Amino acid sequence: MEVVKNAVRMENITKRFGTKVVANNAVNLELHEGEILSLLGENGSGKTTLMNMLSGIYHPDEGQIYIHDKPVVIASPKDAFDNGIGMIHQHFKLVDVFTATENIVLGLPGKLDLKKSAQKIREICEKYGFDIDPDQKIYNMSVSQKQTVEIVKVLYRGADILILDEPTAVLTPQETDKLFQIMRNMQKDGKSLIIITHKLHEVLEVSDRVAILRKGEYVGDVATKDADQQSLTDMMVGRRVSLNINRPNPVDPKPRLVIEHLTAYDELGVKRLDDVSFTANSGEVLGIAGVAGSGQRELLEAVAGLYPVKEGKILFYDPDYDGTDKLPKNLVGMDPMAIRKAGVAMSFVPEDRLGMGLVGTMGMTGNMLLRSWRKTKGLFVSRKEPEAMAKRIWEELEVVTPSTNFPVRRMSGGNVQKVLVGREIAQEPAVLMTAYAVRGLDINTSYTIYNLLTEQKLKGRAVIYVGEDLDVLLELCDRIVVLCGGQVSGVVDARTTDKREVGRLMTLHKGGAENE
Amino acid sequence: MNKKEPLLYISKRESITWQKSWMIRGIAILLALVFCGIITMLLTGLNPIEVFSTIFYGAFGTMRKSWVTAQKLAILLGISLAITPAFKMRFWNIGAEGQVLIGCLACAACMITLGGKVPSALLVLISLAASLAAGALWGFLPAIFKAHWETNETLFTLMMNYIAMQLAAYFIIVWEVPKGSGNIGIINQNSQAGWLPVLGGQQYLLTILLIAVLTGFMYVYLTYSKHGYEISVVGESHRTASYAGIKVGRVIVRTMVLSGAICGLVGFLLVSGNDHTLTTTLVDGRGFTAVMVSWLAKFNPIGMIFTSLLLVVLERGATEISSVFSLNHSFADILTGIILFFIIGSDFFTNYQVHFRKAKKEVE
Amino acid sequence: MFDFVSFIPRAVMQGTPLLFGSTGEILTEKSGNLNLGIPGIMYVGAISGVIGSFFYEQSMAGQPLNGFWAIAIPMACSLLGSLLMGLLYCFLTVTLRANQNVTGLALTTFGVGFGNFFGGSLIKLAHSDVPSVALPATSAFFSKHLPFADNLGWFGKIFLSYGFLAYLAIIIALIASYILNHTRAGLHLRSVGESPATADAAGINVTRHKYLATCIGSMIAGLGGLYYVMDYACGIWSNNAFGDRGWLAIALVIFTIWRPNISILASILFGGLYILYLYIPTGTQMEVKELYKMLPYVITLLVLIVVSLRKKREDQPPASLGLSYFREDR
Repeated sequence: MEVVKNAVRMENITKRFGTKVVANNAVNLELHEGEILSLLGENGSGKTTLMNMLSGIYHPDEGQIYIHDKPVVIASPKDAFDNGIGMIHQHFKLVDVFTATENIVLGLPGKLDLKKSAQKIREICEKYGFDIDPDQKIYNMSVSQKQTVEIVKVLYRGADILILDEPTAVLTPQETDKLFQIMRNMQKDGKSLIIITHKLHEVLEVSDRVAILRKGEYVGDVATKDADQQSLTDMMVGRRVSLNINRPNPVDPKPRLVIEHLTAYDELGVKRLDDVSFTANSGEVLGIAGVAGSGQRELLEAVAGLYPVKEGKILFYDPDYDGTDKLPKNLVGMDPMAIRKAGVAMSFVPEDRLGMGLVGTMGMTGNMLLRSWRKTKGLFVSRKEPEAMAKRIWEELEVVTPSTNFPVRRMSGGNVQKVLVGREIAQEPAVLMTAYAVRGLDINTSYTIYNLLTEQKLKGRAVIYVGEDLDVLLELCDRIVVLCGGQVSGVVDARTTDKREVGRLMTLHKGGAENE
Repeated sequence: MNKKEPLLYISKRESITWQKSWMIRGIAILLALVFCGIITMLLTGLNPIEVFSTIFYGAFGTMRKSWVTAQKLAILLGISLAITPAFKMRFWNIGAEGQVLIGCLACAACMITLGGKVPSALLVLISLAASLAAGALWGFLPAIFKAHWETNETLFTLMMNYIAMQLAAYFIIVWEVPKGSGNIGIINQNSQAGWLPVLGGQQYLLTILLIAVLTGFMYVYLTYSKHGYEISVVGESHRTASYAGIKVGRVIVRTMVLSGAICGLVGFLLVSGNDHTLTTTLVDGRGFTAVMVSWLAKFNPIGMIFTSLLLVVLERGATEISSVFSLNHSFADILTGIILFFIIGSDFFTNYQVHFRKAKKEVE
Repeated sequence: MFDFVSFIPRAVMQGTPLLFGSTGEILTEKSGNLNLGIPGIMYVGAISGVIGSFFYEQSMAGQPLNGFWAIAIPMACSLLGSLLMGLLYCFLTVTLRANQNVTGLALTTFGVGFGNFFGGSLIKLAHSDVPSVALPATSAFFSKHLPFADNLGWFGKIFLSYGFLAYLAIIIALIASYILNHTRAGLHLRSVGESPATADAAGINVTRHKYLATCIGSMIAGLGGLYYVMDYACGIWSNNAFGDRGWLAIALVIFTIWRPNISILASILFGGLYILYLYIPTGTQMEVKELYKMLPYVITLLVLIVVSLRKKREDQPPASLGLSYFREDR
């Protein structure tokens, strides 16, 4: 067996944020030359932080980094480039009005010769199988094309160590396949690659070796050929995951919200929802699963009256509807105020908590007002009731804040979410929609949220839960609607299905839909 | 978070008590005054105490001076109040200059064309309505384009200023008395038709009282009314506003119409109540100064009383100094500028903390 | 028949200060700084030049001036004055991250006041005995044009009859246009104005670019003030004579949708509109000229509206215009 050379060796790397949070604790990691390494771990396990120390965004508090067995100090993104390290971040750093070429050469020294650069970019594209036009403007590009620009940018600078941070989160399965092919081409060319991910099937498909992080600590590594989904899961989560979310049976489920043939386009004319139909029943939690950007946001916003609907119906059945004399209300074409005025009690916990659900500079009381400011008569707002509601939520959900006037922006993420969910539940909605309700929250707060949602279900409300963690979806929900590319690719019973089935549906394209 | 920590590093403040933030501003104003005093000393040879006593004398030295100061305070405060709702909404309206001037023009137009034809009291009301409408129109135009097409409001309102100014210039020549003088002169000097009534023998009293009422109104409007709440939410995030069922476009247009109308009201007060004439420089840059008054007071109407007082007293005092020493009266603008720079700069220390390496000391 | 031969030179002379101002402001705005202090900076540029040349003329006590110093001293003073203004703006908005609109307006208040104050008080402060600030000797050097221009008829009048600063304005605009569009420095500057976080990540020093662009932009704009007083106004300072040309320069930036090369012709167009009333028979209706003066603003407004209706990405203001950048915000 030949001697393995290390492209990267990280030794005893520790990184703290503030005094409390230890993002990485004495981590040792090796990347062999010419291999594809998967860095696996759950959300918040410290993968991205670790890699940011290679790309010069953070600096380790302790430990040493070796590149090709030479000790180095990486103090800035520039140092990283000089060491041949290039990282493709989840959030693209591109200038929209520039062409691909202009973005790729940005920050490099020397005389500007866009023609020559474009030629070099074409050569790189040809070599590895990328498909972009160097003269195309970024704002005309799809997400996957933008990602390609980021990768080419790194290669253009001569990087031989590439780090990809969750590159597939925004890609369709076809695009993912293409990316993996390109990664293999790069590997053949002698590059060393790290792919950060928490998707097991991708790990198994593309990498040679897997390194696993758990809660900021290095768990170990394993050659991919010796691993399977089960063993990786066990390493990733430590023990077999049983979330033990309490899931009572649905209470007298009846159609509450019926979506029929819903189709919607974004402002650029791209189809975001394609003939979506499903029913949300009262007294049950309906999960919505899908790769990020499959139409979840658009769907919820369309129902809430915040996204323009091209075709289809959103039918709301009143809780006291007896099925005979009254017709359901069609919510299409109504804005949030019209929906409320029509007597439809709908609550919505949006994904963007501070940018949409709450006013960051206001305190809890001011944010309670967001729901009730119109209710009082006259020209003035009444703060009395909102104040009482704020106090109630403060107590019941144990929100940590000095006062009900403390700006919510300064609260921690978990507390912000408690305020938002608390307010939405206090509206006593007939339909409660939540988007990524536990994203970024710690385990305890997550369980608080699960329990709140289950409580709502027991009260006979229709709960819609858009989630990304399949384990949670499978244990919390009664039924799951799976979206793929803006279409419903399947509706499954959460009690009888399994991850594999849902995963399959998440990537099941029926064709026809333009998913970019 | 950086590796080789630089000597200084800066972080956003988590929170700051209002006492502390006003202390920082107080220090800034004090430093600015000292700085202004030194400059004045160098130019005039006065000692510092004389400098400030002259400034004070210029502002409050005689009854007459005090009234003028109060009137100037009222006008500046009025314009500042007018633009504040828009600024709270993060609508960068720098067109107050034009909105006030178009109000002046509308008022003068009514007084000139209808003077003697309708009773004076009715004429005052007609002029008032015309001024409000004209100001509102000048606020409406940028708002409707902003609401529907995201047209940059800073640049739009800026252009509207000069359109108003040229319109005023046009009509001044149309109405000039005598022909060729380029001046309108005092409108209805003999009949005093359309002149705002004089209260208690003090010409400016009514204006001052009206602005005082307006201050109270604006405070209540912004703090307790539904409209005020809507404005705050829209200023924070358009998406949150839509989510809460607030029609963003409508709030933008409504607020700018209100803002423009109040500017029109100030224009009306200027022409009907104070100057009884129309010139293109009647507003005298106060539309721009008002932006700073409002911003310095953090959009708080009560705070604006003090910030506008500071600027007006300084301006009156500096004018006094320059006339005593036969210097150019633009001296006031220089002092105003200096004070503003200090306060603007001091804001940094209320928003950010400066840390020294190792010794984690706070620097104010 | 419309008298183009006399109209165009006057339009150019009106347009030159605007061209300086708009080129300076375009560079500034491309770095993401909306500098509403430009009108004040142009005043400071003008008065600084006047002060420099005033003392130089005084020191020569009536003897003929040296051509080199007569130009170099006011130029250097003007550049220095506007540079300091630019530095002040940058210190407040970039280093201290103050609000750009408020800072700019304060700078304009200060700058216009500064210009008028020294313009009005210079004689007194210098204890001089001249009746007014008039610098015809210096002005003669600034407005000197090629000697053979007068012999070339209409061609000479339209193309060769200007002082050197007018040509300098065009050259600077062309250079600025070239730098912005065809050099790495320009690419980096534009990226700072569009997306400072991206530029930062690419290793571009955002603060340095903002400072450089704004200070150089201020100096260019200041030259517009200098041209106005030394060439156009024949070396005679009168308070507020410069008027609102600074704001017109900002309007020009929008009108040309942030392109200095278009600005060359557009500034002449604006200058022409400014004096059009002199060439269009208005009879006895003097008031109509005021409406003609409105045209540049109305047209700019229309351009602003059309651009926002078309939503073409390339024509929009720099994306981060008016915002300060703090790395940890990202």
